[in-house]
Amino acid sequence: MIAYLTRRLIQAALILLGVSIITFALLYLLPADPVRQIAGRSATPQTVESIRQQLGLDQPFVVQYWNYLTNLLSGDLGRSYIQRSEVTELIVSRLPASLILMAGAILCELAIGLTMGLIAAVKRGSVTDQTLMVGSFIGVSAPQFVVGLLLLYVFAVQLGWFPIGGYGTWRHAVLPSLTLGILGAGWYSRMMRSSMIDVLRQDYIRTARAKGLARRAILFRHALPNAILPVVAMIGIDIGLFMSGIVVVESVFGWPGIGQLAWQAIQRVDIPIIMGVTLVSACAIVLGNLLADIVAPFIDPRIKLR
Amino acid sequence: MTAAADTSSGAATAAPVMDNPVLSVSGLTVSVRGDEGERAVVSDLSFVLTRGETLCIAGESGSGKSMSSLAVMGLLPQPQARVSAGSILLGDLDLTTLSEKRMQTIRGNRVAMIFQEPMTSLNPVLSIGRQLIEAIEAHTSLSGSPARARAIEALKAVRIPEAESRLKQFPHELSGGMRQRVMIAMALALKPDVLIADEPTTALDVTVQGEVLELLRDLQREQGTAVILITHDMGVVAEMADRVIIMRNGRMVEEGTISDIFERPQVDYTRELLAAVPRMGAGRAAMPAQPDEQVKPVAVAEVHDLHVRFDLHGGFFGRVTRRVHAVEGVNFSIAPNETLSLVGESGCGKSTTAKALAGLLPYSGDIAVGGRNLAGLSRDERKAVRRDVQMIFQDPYASLDPRMRVGDLVAEPLLIHGIGTPKERVDRVAALFERVGLTADQMERYPHEFSGGQRQRICIARALALRPKLIIADESVSALDVSVQARVLKLLRELQNEFGVAYLFISHDMAVVENISDKVAVMYLGQIVEMGTRDQIFDNPRHPYTKRLIEAVPVPDPARRRARFARLDSEIASPIRRIGDPPAKLQLLDAGGGHLVAAH
Repeated sequence: MIAYLTRRLIQAALILLGVSIITFALLYLLPADPVRQIAGRSATPQTVESIRQQLGLDQPFVVQYWNYLTNLLSGDLGRSYIQRSEVTELIVSRLPASLILMAGAILCELAIGLTMGLIAAVKRGSVTDQTLMVGSFIGVSAPQFVVGLLLLYVFAVQLGWFPIGGYGTWRHAVLPSLTLGILGAGWYSRMMRSSMIDVLRQDYIRTARAKGLARRAILFRHALPNAILPVVAMIGIDIGLFMSGIVVVESVFGWPGIGQLAWQAIQRVDIPIIMGVTLVSACAIVLGNLLADIVAPFIDPRIKLR
Repeated sequence: MTAAADTSSGAATAAPVMDNPVLSVSGLTVSVRGDEGERAVVSDLSFVLTRGETLCIAGESGSGKSMSSLAVMGLLPQPQARVSAGSILLGDLDLTTLSEKRMQTIRGNRVAMIFQEPMTSLNPVLSIGRQLIEAIEAHTSLSGSPARARAIEALKAVRIPEAESRLKQFPHELSGGMRQRVMIAMALALKPDVLIADEPTTALDVTVQGEVLELLRDLQREQGTAVILITHDMGVVAEMADRVIIMRNGRMVEEGTISDIFERPQVDYTRELLAAVPRMGAGRAAMPAQPDEQVKPVAVAEVHDLHVRFDLHGGFFGRVTRRVHAVEGVNFSIAPNETLSLVGESGCGKSTTAKALAGLLPYSGDIAVGGRNLAGLSRDERKAVRRDVQMIFQDPYASLDPRMRVGDLVAEPLLIHGIGTPKERVDRVAALFERVGLTADQMERYPHEFSGGQRQRICIARALALRPKLIIADESVSALDVSVQARVLKLLRELQNEFGVAYLFISHDMAVVENISDKVAVMYLGQIVEMGTRDQIFDNPRHPYTKRLIEAVPVPDPARRRARFARLDSEIASPIRRIGDPPAKLQLLDAGGGHLVAAH
């Protein structure tokens, strides 16, 4: 187990290194000039040049990247060009909000997706099954800003059950989590349905029935743990999807997370923040996958970590 | 029907006392809804089962034997199948009228069932203990440690060693035989009135089959359970049954005591079924004696010191830590027109040997086909040599691409090797179809339109297309019903006489092997422990393992029923070994007349 973890963490570090090189290179090649953004339109060429020197942006790519990397290894993500504060601080102050959103979204997609998939599989071929699958298809295909606005209109504006936007209580988190979760719920319900249908056909389900077990015990003790495995593996990958969703959803709901931070930074070519957010997202994806892999043997004893 | 038929006359076991029937089925009809409306798969089946009795329901695939048992359990596949007429009385209770809720209290408690596939019949994510205990908890007031104690008792009853520590194990940590014992323990833990065993030993090795059958017999004697044993194997019927029902196309064609069925069959179908069963000792009459040994032609295939090993990775850097020694120093040669059989139990390396010979696996050692060593050849030369070796696989359903026409499937080898014009290829395929007992107009059809036996004929035609010198038949008749099996074996023999092709025949079925082979090699843990002519092996087996294999085969003759099987409560040794610890090489000694036996 320790050997496995060590190896996976070394792999993770290499992945993050790769992500940092590629992102840094892309930003370097970007035609937009961060120095112009900082200096403003009225700045003289001399001012622009001195800012460029100050930020070290006049150096060749390799030197720039090397400087960034050495700082990174000592835990320094650099200073924001525009906001004039440490990127680490900015991210740390915004991360909890995004993590809450993410946790809420995972909760929503699992609760909605697994339930829908389970019911559809058990009632396979019925009207219920078909209705649920149409619903899941809509969930998968609807753009998130549309879903978000629709939810806002119905539950916040018309019914007044939840606040329109902002951050603070659990009520604030409901609609953004739901918006983010509906997409995943669509995928999960489809996966869960097909996986469950497959499991219900297996010989060991017949054995469980032959033992005289109640339907509930067969479904939840025998079928569910077998059917849920592919879904668990999916959650790890899903965290990557969240990162793109978060940017949209946080903007719609005015949620002060790293999605908004990233959105603002991209508009102003604030390279240190873009780099920082990208690396944090990459970390989340890598750790999410690792977590999914570590959980798997607890569900299925045939899986061995090595 | 006369339920009071004499059950004692031929049965070697104690005759059950004729008291109230435990189970009586009358006029049972099971219908399945399909595209063309409802169709009866079991029609008007009636039988009575008394306490302590074993009733065998025998028949070939599609005879409705499994459907009848599922109907008794109330486990018919929903929503397609249903009981459309008749009654199933368990005591005074008509099971066909019970609600699902009531049925749950009967299943596993008063009527229990074990299935064919021990590998897939246990839930892979739950421990053995959990699966046993939940069955006990579902039907008794026991829970916690009393239920656990009951589970341990049940495992001990099926002679699983170290029962207590087994509770924590998961199904994948047990062998097939062990898993089937767990299934039996689960079924018998609550001492049901009726046990339905649907092909309980079909997926098991023959020695394990012997143990499981004996176990069933002992437990039945101890607990007085009535058993319905469903099987296609007349040898198993002869070993186990008090009474027999023969089914065909959903109908009972004959019912009688074991001796009635085997000694005085009334119906033609029963006679045909019995005649088709391969029997040990019957092979000699059917085959001419060995061709004269003086003329030694060039061997079709020669295998020298063949090793196949698979590395298992582990540790921090994924180093090789252990190795599967699948084949360890195997030597044999096959002459033209000769059949060499490789026999042994699962995991002994017989299929791996075949795959290496067919060039499907990397190996070390020497394999020569038609006198040319494969190792020294270029890619193209090897392709040419490989034409001479073709394979027929076990599962005729999985070995034909479902989206290709069967004519194209048979023509494909010709196409790959660039033989003939399109017209010539069609002619050649048509001729092959005729030769294996199909018709040329069937070439345009798709595999799903054929039965299992016909598909295996198509596979044979495909193997013959390149006029090979050697055909490897890997369990090629195992999945077929006995009557179909007999016809396919006959076809293989005819083709051998006609084309002079040699066979490497791989089978776990000793009776089939005895019927078709000239020479036999017995494999155990990747090595040959005994090799000789068929008569040497079957008349005078020298190695204890060979003797065990031969003794374990159920004989389709109730008069020769064995009192006890050789019992083996330990697991077969594993071919997986640590690096630097290769297995000891067995020395084969000549016991006279080329009969090679490993020192033991």
